[in-house]
Amino acid sequence: MPNITYAQALNEALREEMKVDPRIFLMGEDIGHHGGIFRVTKDLIDEFGAERVRDTPISESSFVGVGIGAAMAGMRPVVELLFMDFALVAADQIVNQAAKLRYMSGGTVSIPMVVRAQQGGGRGNGAQHSQSFESWLAQVPGLIIVAPSTPADAKGLLKSSIRDGNPVIFIEHKLLYNTKGDVPEGDYSIPIGKAEVKRDGRDITIVSYSRTLLFALEAAETLSQKGIEAEVIDLRTIEPLDMNTILESVKGTGRLLIVHEAHSNCGLGAEIIARMYEQAPDTLIMPPRRLGAKHVPIPVAESLENAVLPQTSDIIQAVEAMF
Amino acid sequence: MPLTPERLQDAYRQMLVIRKFEETIRNLYQQGKIRGSFHPCVGQEATAVGGCWAVRKDDYMTCTYRGHGQALAKGLDVRAAMAEMLGKSTGCSKGKGGSMHFTDPSVGLLGANAIVAAGVPHAAGAALASQLQKKDNVALAYFGEGAVNQGVFLESLNLAVIWKLPLILICENNLYSEMTPSHETTSVVETHKRADGFGFESIQVDGNDVEAMYNAVESAAAKARAGGGPIYIEAMTYRLWGHMMGDPEIYRTKEEVAKAKENEPIVRCGKRLLELGCTADDLTRLDSEAEAIIADALQFAESSAVPEPADAFTDVFI
Repeated sequence: MPNITYAQALNEALREEMKVDPRIFLMGEDIGHHGGIFRVTKDLIDEFGAERVRDTPISESSFVGVGIGAAMAGMRPVVELLFMDFALVAADQIVNQAAKLRYMSGGTVSIPMVVRAQQGGGRGNGAQHSQSFESWLAQVPGLIIVAPSTPADAKGLLKSSIRDGNPVIFIEHKLLYNTKGDVPEGDYSIPIGKAEVKRDGRDITIVSYSRTLLFALEAAETLSQKGIEAEVIDLRTIEPLDMNTILESVKGTGRLLIVHEAHSNCGLGAEIIARMYEQAPDTLIMPPRRLGAKHVPIPVAESLENAVLPQTSDIIQAVEAMF
Repeated sequence: MPLTPERLQDAYRQMLVIRKFEETIRNLYQQGKIRGSFHPCVGQEATAVGGCWAVRKDDYMTCTYRGHGQALAKGLDVRAAMAEMLGKSTGCSKGKGGSMHFTDPSVGLLGANAIVAAGVPHAAGAALASQLQKKDNVALAYFGEGAVNQGVFLESLNLAVIWKLPLILICENNLYSEMTPSHETTSVVETHKRADGFGFESIQVDGNDVEAMYNAVESAAAKARAGGGPIYIEAMTYRLWGHMMGDPEIYRTKEEVAKAKENEPIVRCGKRLLELGCTADDLTRLDSEAEAIIADALQFAESSAVPEPADAFTDVFI
């Protein structure tokens, strides 16, 4: 299997899908000859032309809105937001429009549009370029939200997202683009709504996704040396949430820790813990825990940012406190 | 195809259907049979009929919550519209959209919107789709002059010009943004001058003259279809009723409204038909035909079933 980066895997997914489906076109800032600030759309303009790989003005609400209109008129737009933080600039189009038009039309229109954006911190980009919005977005009925952590999942999930037929928020992470992994050859896709057990273990279930999933795997190796075997679940899709895979795992481990980079307050971790207590409280041998960003804006200096965002050492500490 | 005297009679009847639709909704609203808000388009029927009749059924259109007239003129079934107002399962959105969200893609109606400028980029997107698909469809975006101060509107003007989209923007300038005179809140209240600044070809037309409206949109559509890019039409009109049910209308005088009624589009179109040789009986007949269409729609809507509670959980995803 070829070993390629997360950014290359996304680029392959776009290229392969665009080759077979002329309805697909890309829109975003600096995605054409520049190839996107993280090189995800590198060279695509040479192959597909400026009509289908379309540079936009810095006008997030209108170009997301244009994507919606084009989708209703038979196209399959893939819209790139330079930073997920800018989703707030386009919030009306994402939340009031894309998520609701199908419902408000009684199912007569559909919005087969993917909005790709990278999010998260760890790079000193500051409070308006480092946020993670999946918990907010998961509050909005009508959006599918995916957040792959590996190159193989990124490629397979982007393909599924483009083919899906619903508005999909495709969450990438700025510090995953250069990570490498084996990616299957040929056409394949990863189903939306299906989590994956990335590491087997009997003592505790760690649920994560996107970049913190890599931290969880790293923590699990250290914990293993200390005699704690962690099972690590990669959610891959945030909405719809694959609760069954979590319930099944906790049945075996009895302990649950959720780790994400989004702020802890009112976050996905809280949601999963609530569902755990609603659906299978008896499988827990102790109260579950969650780790997320602490409740301050994301700072720039490394020492500050590391204090706010969950680190591998925080995961190890949290797990050890549960034994 | 020009609006021949025969088709002008049809247009007159269509405007009456819209007027009577709104009057019926007002009655139902006062009886407590309509939920939510209702933003009538009474007085603005000519912009709807003149504009929508000048394009094809497969051309696209978006509008706002004051868009009942435009939706009906574009071809939305009157029965489905009335049933939607009454929250019935036979409504165009099965009772899920209501007054502000009439949608029917089979007639190119991509949706009325409760956010005043939000539908403008949707029309631009449909125009882009047409361009990418090498089709000759155009898209109309209706909005009021109250929408021109939303950011997404200005962003969309820019996009439409740089991408040369087959897009026709129709600003219905009815002088009031909700309940505030627009000149108090808008820097350049002659909105077509704003469009000029973005590089648009723009015109201002008498929006209460259905023939003028038709001609303006027809020639704009011909240009856009031929790849000539977007056009901005500012249609001067007047909203004869309040912004919505319950509007006390303290921002204007009764005299102003009475004077506007002399210039309202249905009265004017009736006079024009008489000049063209129609008789008073012809106009009465057209009125009765419109009345019958509304009576049938009301009967259909009232006798339709309400949606089942379980239907609340469908149509979220494809």
